[in-house]
Amino acid sequence: MSVLVNKNTKLICQGFTGSQGTFHSEQAVAYGTNMVGGVTPNKGGQEHLGLPVFNTVDEAKAKTGCNASVIYVPPPFAADAILEAVDAKIELIVCITEGIPVNDMVRVRRALQGSTSRLIGPNCPGVITPDECKIGIMPGHIHTRGKVGIVSRSGTLTYEAVAQTGAVKLGQSTCIGIGGDPVNGTSFIDCLELFMDDDETEVILMIGEIGGTAEIEAAEYYQSLKTKKPIAGFIAGVTAPAGKRMGHAGAIISGEDDTAAAKMEKMRSCGFVVSDSPAGLGEAVVKALAA
Amino acid sequence: MNVHEYQGKDLLKAYGVSVPDGIVAFSVEEAVKAAEQLPGPLYVIKAQIHAGGRGAGHFKNNPEGKGGVRLCHTLDEVKEAAEAMLGQVLVTKQTGAEGKEVHRLYVTDGVDIEKEYYCSILLDRATSYLTFIVSTEGGMDIEEVAENTPEKLLKVSIDPATGMQPFHARELAFGLGLKKESLRSAGQFFMALYKAYNDLDAEAIEINPMIVTDKNEVMALDAKLSFDDNALYRQPNIEKMRDETEEDAKELEAHKYDLSYVSLDGNIGCMVNGAGLAMATMDIIKLFGGDPANFLDVGGGADKEKVTAAFKLILSDPKVEGVLVNIFGGIMKCDIIAEGIVAAAKEVSLSVPLVVRLAGTNVEKGKEILSSSGLPIIPASDLGDAAEKVVAATKQAKAA
Repeated sequence: MSVLVNKNTKLICQGFTGSQGTFHSEQAVAYGTNMVGGVTPNKGGQEHLGLPVFNTVDEAKAKTGCNASVIYVPPPFAADAILEAVDAKIELIVCITEGIPVNDMVRVRRALQGSTSRLIGPNCPGVITPDECKIGIMPGHIHTRGKVGIVSRSGTLTYEAVAQTGAVKLGQSTCIGIGGDPVNGTSFIDCLELFMDDDETEVILMIGEIGGTAEIEAAEYYQSLKTKKPIAGFIAGVTAPAGKRMGHAGAIISGEDDTAAAKMEKMRSCGFVVSDSPAGLGEAVVKALAA
Repeated sequence: MNVHEYQGKDLLKAYGVSVPDGIVAFSVEEAVKAAEQLPGPLYVIKAQIHAGGRGAGHFKNNPEGKGGVRLCHTLDEVKEAAEAMLGQVLVTKQTGAEGKEVHRLYVTDGVDIEKEYYCSILLDRATSYLTFIVSTEGGMDIEEVAENTPEKLLKVSIDPATGMQPFHARELAFGLGLKKESLRSAGQFFMALYKAYNDLDAEAIEINPMIVTDKNEVMALDAKLSFDDNALYRQPNIEKMRDETEEDAKELEAHKYDLSYVSLDGNIGCMVNGAGLAMATMDIIKLFGGDPANFLDVGGGADKEKVTAAFKLILSDPKVEGVLVNIFGGIMKCDIIAEGIVAAAKEVSLSVPLVVRLAGTNVEKGKEILSSSGLPIIPASDLGDAAEKVVAATKQAKAA
C-alpha cells in the first residue's frame, strides 16, 4: 500500500512558476506524479508546464480537487504559504524550503494542531512512493519499490539509504524526509505510526542526527508498542563537536541527550539494529529483518 | 549569531528590561571617560568576548591574576583594570585553552544586589513552544543545577496562540519566591524579555544572574543573546552588530559563498553535499581510523564556482593532508561537481591525495570528466570504499 502518497495523490505546487518550482514540477510529472496545477500569486489564469496556474491555494483546490501541495517558496514567504495551505484544508503539505525563521515555524506548528493538514518538512527532500508519486527534490531514478519504510532528517543521507536498501534488493515502500529544522511538521513518531499500519512496509529504517531529542522519544515510543515491525537505525554526527551547528538548523548538540552516542545507545536498548557506519545501512536493515 | 553583552543589554533596555547603566570602551582612555560619566562610587569593568565564565577566567599573560570582570572603586583602578585587560587574551571555561583576545570593555555602574537568580528563554524542541527557565540558583552554571538539583529549575512554556500573558509572569515570579515588593518589576521584566525575544528573532536569551536590587528592582546583571541566522534578513540592526573578530575566519569566508563549514582538529578535509551526509562522512572517516579536518556542506544547488571556493577553503587549512569529496547527486549533477573539482585542483596545484566518490544524477559523465582530467584523483565506488581509501592514502602520503 505505502504511506502518505500514492498514484491517487493530486498535487499542486506553491511557488510553481519560480525556477525551483518549475524544475522540480517537470521532474515530478516525468516521474509520473499526478500534478494538477500550481499557485503563484498574480499569475492566476496563466498556464505553466501545460497546467493551470492559480492565485490562491483555495482557488486551486476548488478547481482541481487537489489533496496535496508542495512548497518551493523562498524562506521569507514560506510560513505564509504553509498557513495558506492549512487554511485551504490541504491534507498533505510538503515544504522543501530551507532557512525559514524558527519563530515563524513555532506559529505554523501551533496552527497545525487541530487542523486537518499534515506538514512534512520544512528543509526536507520530500516524500516518495517509488513508481507512484514523487513529491520533492530527490532523484527519482535511484528508488525501487519494495518493503523498507525510510524516515530521515537529512536529504542526501536518505539517498544513501535508498541506494543501500536497493543494493540489498529490498527496495522502499515510502521514503519520508522530515527535515533538518528544529521545528517541523511531522515527527519520527508520526512516521513510525504510519509505517506500523502499512501492510507493504515490512521493516523500518530511521535515520537521525545530533540535536534535539526526537530520536530518543521515537525509540521510547517504539519500545512501548505491543506489536512491532523490525527496525534499523543510524545517527549522524558522532564526530560533531558540541555547541556547533552542523549545517542543518536543528543539528546542534546542546545537551547530553543530544549526542549521537546517547541516541544510538537509546535506540539499541529499545530494540533497533543500529549501524555505526553510514555504509552499513542496507546491512542493518537485512539484519533487522532476519532477527 | 551572537552579540556582546553590551549590545544585548542595549537591545533589551529598549524593551524595558532594567540593566545597570554602562558604556562600551575600545581604549583605556575611553574606559576612564566612561567611568567619569557614571555615578560611582563602584564601577564594574567587564571584558567583552563571546564566551561565558569571564569572571572566573584568567588572562594568559597573568594566569594567577584577576579575571575578566573587575570591581573598581576609583578612576585610577578603572584605568589599571582597562590596561590589564585590553589587548590581552582571556581564557575561560567556554573559550578553550586558546582563549580570546579582548578588544572591547563594558564599563558599568555597580549595583547593590539583594539576591541573584537565573532566567533564560529558548525554544523547547520537544513541544515547539518558547519556554522560560528560571532558578533561584543565580550565577551558577545552569547545566550543573539541572544535573544536581533539577527541582530548583522552573519551566514555564508559552502557547504561541496567546503569546505571553500576565499569568505566565506571575507563575515565574511566585515560582521564584520573589517578595511582594518586587512582583511588579518582575512582571515587567519577564514580559519585556519575551517581547524582545520575539521581535528580534532571538534564538536564546540568558540572563545570569538576574538580580533583585536593594530597591526591589529586577535587573539583568549579565545578558547573553543569540539570534536565529535564518531571520537575520529581517533584522538588519542585529546583523550590523556582528563582530567578525569573534568568528572563525574560515567559517566567515565559507559564509560568503553560502557554504556551511565548521573547522575540526583532524587532517582529512571533506567536501560533501547535504548536512546529514557531511556528518556521516566525517563519522565514517573516524571509523576507518582517520580524523576529519572539517565539516563542509556545499548545499543542494552548488555550481562550479561554489565547488571551487569550497575546495580552496579546505586546502587553505594547513592541517589538511588528504581530501575526500563525497557527492550524492540529486539536484546537483555529478558532471558539474566533477568540472568544479578539476578546475579547482588545477588552480590550486593540488599536493595532497584526493579521493572522490560520486553517486546519483549524471554519475557516469562525472566519472568520465575526472578520469580524463589527467589529475591523480583516486576514484571510490561507495562510501565505505571512499573512507578506506582516503585514510590509507593520507597515511601513505604522510609517511612518504
